[in-house]
Amino acid sequence: MIVKSLDPRIERAALDDESKIGELNVHEHFETYEVFQQVKRGTHHQHVGNVHAPNAEMAMLFAKEQYCRRGAAVNLWVVATSNVFVTEYVDADIFETTEDKLYRDPNSYKVMDRINAYKARTSKV
Amino acid sequence: MEFTEKHVEGLKELLYKMADDLLIIGHRNSEWTGLGPMLEEDIAFSSMAQDKVGQSLALFELLHELGESDPDTVAFTRNDHQFHCSQLVELPIGEYDFSMVRHFFFDHAEAIRFEMLADSVFEPLSMVARKFKGEIKYHTMHADIFMQKLAAGGEESFSRMQNSINETFGLALGMFEPGKYEEALIESGIFGGEAELQRRWLDKVLPLLESFGYVVPKVESTEPAFGGRHGIHTPHLQPLLDEMTEVFSIDPGADW
Repeated sequence: MIVKSLDPRIERAALDDESKIGELNVHEHFETYEVFQQVKRGTHHQHVGNVHAPNAEMAMLFAKEQYCRRGAAVNLWVVATSNVFVTEYVDADIFETTEDKLYRDPNSYKVMDRINAYKARTSKV
Repeated sequence: MEFTEKHVEGLKELLYKMADDLLIIGHRNSEWTGLGPMLEEDIAFSSMAQDKVGQSLALFELLHELGESDPDTVAFTRNDHQFHCSQLVELPIGEYDFSMVRHFFFDHAEAIRFEMLADSVFEPLSMVARKFKGEIKYHTMHADIFMQKLAAGGEESFSRMQNSINETFGLALGMFEPGKYEEALIESGIFGGEAELQRRWLDKVLPLLESFGYVVPKVESTEPAFGGRHGIHTPHLQPLLDEMTEVFSIDPGADW
């Protein structure tokens, strides 16, 4: 068979055939996987987004192209979203802190200069 | 060792068939853009198609350094008989099973070819071969995981994949059609030759297919689809070239 048009959008989408326009039902998507990218060995993996995939291996394949296409990664984690345990937003008050507990902030340590110097050193890496 | 004319001609023949294979499969696979089975795969497959075109450019640039015309002219002004791609890569994309099987067969051959060329005595080529190692590794990884998952994806999935494997195997063997300068390439250390490549490819893909659960096609009873390396093509190539060169031919001198 010789194809009539080389643009597959014309050949395959059957755009003039209204009976072919389907609808997407709930749960017809694959589940989602959360993607964590490590840009340098030894650093933390950072959450960069998610992908739909039927399994973890394919999630890894997709994550590589979605999030690391421009390089700058040495490692990837993918985790099924359903495996992530999350807090409820109604409980967001558990993160609140009162202002009168400055003594709990590490601002008045005598080693603060050294801590700041260390931070400056490591942030350059 | 000094390169004689035979070696240079062999090298050019090798570069042309590699570059043409990559340009044509890149163009073909990009026809899936916007039509992939799901958004994530659409992006992954399109991105790999772009990689292939980029790899072809690197090879066309080597040809230019060897005295051939510039990459655009070479890519966009030849007709089908002047192309050295295998018939495997020029066929229409068909259904996703065929495109996936072709991707699996082609990319493993490419990976092994580049692996062999990484040791080529022609240093510009060995540098190109090394440069794309990671890119091609992802391509074969993608193909392997899809082939494996689709083998285990139920009866329809398995039988579609198995049929495509059976129908595509002879086309894939066509990739290893010997050129005119095989001996010159081998003796000079430029390239280990198509027969050696085919041997290594069979050692790679057949056990993989078996491990995924497919029925492994028989080499002895399969007719390789030869011809492409010598300019003999299916009727599908020229229409692809017409479309690919449509914009270029409006104004060949345009600056992009």
